[in-house]
Amino acid sequence: MGNVSAPVEVEPTLTPDEITQSAKPWVTIVWNDPVNLMSYVTYVFQKYFGYPKKKAEKLMMEVHEDGKSVVSNGTREEMERDVQAMHEYGLWATMEHAE
Amino acid sequence: MSGFHRHRRSKLIIANFTGFEADLLRSRASQLVELLRNEAAVPRDDVDPFEAMMDFSGPTQVPDDPVLARLFPTAYPKDEESAAEFRRFTEGSLRDGKVAAAVAIIEGLEEAGLPPELTEDGLMIDVELDEPTAETWMRSFTDLRLALATRLGVEEDDEAYWLSLPDEDPRAQAHDIYEWVGYLQETLIQALSA
Repeated sequence: MGNVSAPVEVEPTLTPDEITQSAKPWVTIVWNDPVNLMSYVTYVFQKYFGYPKKKAEKLMMEVHEDGKSVVSNGTREEMERDVQAMHEYGLWATMEHAE
Repeated sequence: MSGFHRHRRSKLIIANFTGFEADLLRSRASQLVELLRNEAAVPRDDVDPFEAMMDFSGPTQVPDDPVLARLFPTAYPKDEESAAEFRRFTEGSLRDGKVAAAVAIIEGLEEAGLPPELTEDGLMIDVELDEPTAETWMRSFTDLRLALATRLGVEEDDEAYWLSLPDEDPRAQAHDIYEWVGYLQETLIQALSA
């Protein structure tokens, strides 16, 4: 082998957590409002995201009781699509970097 | 009226409105169309289609009207520049979609027999919607409710306040309409889920 240079480490400073985060760095958040019906919010989560009823209801209850819920995650472009779709449905949605 | 149902055999989503109810729904939908076309981001029908496609200038500021601000929320609350960009690229098409949905309600009612001017007593309007159209109505009911609720200042768990208003108070009447559209939407969701 002799005098070869040390193997190049790829992104040596990234921990597994950071790698996961950089793969899915954005989230869509739906916020509670006093207007939208619980049945409607559940329907939208099922219809648009294709979530099973149980998961859609759980997310809806988070919105209702905690004031907000992270409803999807992905690339920035994907989240912009999701936020726009939520606005089409009249839900109050925002996006941000995942924590 | 008893809201929306799914017809067993045709699978269509059906509802019967009195002429008065249909006229009321049409007037709410027309008001929404007016508002959506009123302030900025007006669809530019007058320009050459190619030119329109090349023109990416949409609005970048939150609309002044509180209803429009609610219908088109700020996507990036902590990043003004990204929020403006998002708005520039999305608000125009969101407005077009919401206008088209409200127009679908107006056209649906008129196709079902609602005359331009309601004069006749005892008129009944039977609406039959296929599933995509029913979903469009459902979405527009949300916009109508958000608009009314924003104007009224509806808050969480404030039913007692609205009930305490005298019947002749115009705000009580507007709130009744808000509740009624909510009832229509609830039955429509049930019909769509059935």
